[in-house]
Amino acid sequence: MSERPLLSVRGLTKWYGAQPGCLDVGFDLWPGEVLGIVGESGSGKTTVLNCIAGRLEPSAGTVSFATRDGHVVDLLRISEASRRRLAREDWGLVHQNPRDGLRMNVTAGANVGERLMALGHRHYGRIRDAALDWLAQVEIDRARIDDFPTAFSGGMQQRLQIARNLVTEPRLVFMDEPTGGLDVSVQARLLDLLRRLVTDLALAAVIVTHDLAVTRLLAHRLLVMRRGEIVESGLTDQILDDPQHPYSQLLVSSVLRP
Amino acid sequence: MKPHYNFAYLDEQTKRMIRRALLKAVAIPGYQVPFGGREMPLSYGWGTGGVQVTASVIGPDDVLKVIDQGADDTTNAVSIRHFFQRTTGVRTTTRTEEASVIQTRHRIPETPLREGQILVFQVPIPEPLRWLEPREIETRKMHALEEYGAMHVRLYEDITRYGKVETAYDYPVRVNGRYLMRPSPIPKFDNPKLDRNPALLLFGAGREKRIYAVPPHTPVKSLDFDDHPFTVETWDTPCALCGATGVFLDEIVVDDKGGRTFVCSDTDFCERRREAGA
Repeated sequence: MSERPLLSVRGLTKWYGAQPGCLDVGFDLWPGEVLGIVGESGSGKTTVLNCIAGRLEPSAGTVSFATRDGHVVDLLRISEASRRRLAREDWGLVHQNPRDGLRMNVTAGANVGERLMALGHRHYGRIRDAALDWLAQVEIDRARIDDFPTAFSGGMQQRLQIARNLVTEPRLVFMDEPTGGLDVSVQARLLDLLRRLVTDLALAAVIVTHDLAVTRLLAHRLLVMRRGEIVESGLTDQILDDPQHPYSQLLVSSVLRP
Repeated sequence: MKPHYNFAYLDEQTKRMIRRALLKAVAIPGYQVPFGGREMPLSYGWGTGGVQVTASVIGPDDVLKVIDQGADDTTNAVSIRHFFQRTTGVRTTTRTEEASVIQTRHRIPETPLREGQILVFQVPIPEPLRWLEPREIETRKMHALEEYGAMHVRLYEDITRYGKVETAYDYPVRVNGRYLMRPSPIPKFDNPKLDRNPALLLFGAGREKRIYAVPPHTPVKSLDFDDHPFTVETWDTPCALCGATGVFLDEIVVDDKGGRTFVCSDTDFCERRREAGA
């Protein structure tokens, strides 16, 4: 681990009119670390994610990001052009619904290759090789490179979305309910894959989910959110095994165990 | 010329407004300048944008040529030429080198253009990013930030499906290394003629109310991949009428037994060659 956090969030606040989206949220994310944000629906998890990823403009706060060349920039102060460039080069964003993150009317290969082309790659053969390589990495049959995502199952679409995001080797990936809407066996496989990729690539990730089992498998640290505020934070196992805040206790105890 | 029309049909204020848009377009090659498009006495899709641009730049001393699909004698070309004859009284011609203003649909003449000439294109859809992004606000942002990478997705798809880029017309180009531009539905055969052309190239889209321009001698590059470079169409046979090679040929069905022949799409060019050869 390096001595500087990759992402540093301070006092992040978002108001939707008089309604708080998130209040005074602050945390550090270190390179290679996976942070889970949990809480019930409406607790502000996705608001936090969208504010950091530049998809929403926060009402107050700072988000500092350590870029590849060693500078620390405030994502909320830099120009939109630089922010969008960072989003293309250094981040990935995995949507809950793969239809939001994929181009459904172009082939799987083009979906994976798009970010490379956006970074200026202009060699068809090499773009295709990279796409083939990434399809294999996310356990999609290489023969399906010329199929449309509409012909893929939900789990495959989600894996394709992951490949599309990781092809440019980002250092930070935002995931919004990556396993939502998948049945349990497919979920398990996807989690397995995510865990392997996160470890192999030393990715830092922010994972928003309401599913505590997902965080147990993937996240090193957890933030528990309620009504827009962080009520508890700590190591995943610590929070899941010994929750301190009453709300965390409620959350942990409401998980169904077959 | 009908005396009860203002010169070139449009009122002077409108022409001024369009000229201001044209000046801005020339100053920023390839950038789409919005303008207050007027209702014209022809329907959208028939060249309302081109007609407004021509009306704004034409003067009493100009010589006008109008072509449609390369031909001077098709319906669209004949009616637009007639329109300007009635409303301006300018001299018209079919000869490319004689004309000072050429309004065109679908072709750039085979005869090389020279400095001082103006070529006006009729544009149906000006936005090259429209197919991948339906929101105007977003496409403008993509232009502003030069986010053009996704355009190559389309070429990638073509190569993947057909083994080569099948986009045969309206092939996207980068103007002066900056703006991505739709060259209107000209065949990609004509794309190389856009590059460093000595004439002023003006583009008018009537329905979408956009004007853009390629000033003389501006570099224009067609998008491609390093390992799949941009190429233009070639034909195995020369023109059946004039024997020209290296020009854009139209395929014409000549009987009901599958017989077909290839002739120049640029009728003026073809006729001149036949006159010279005869």
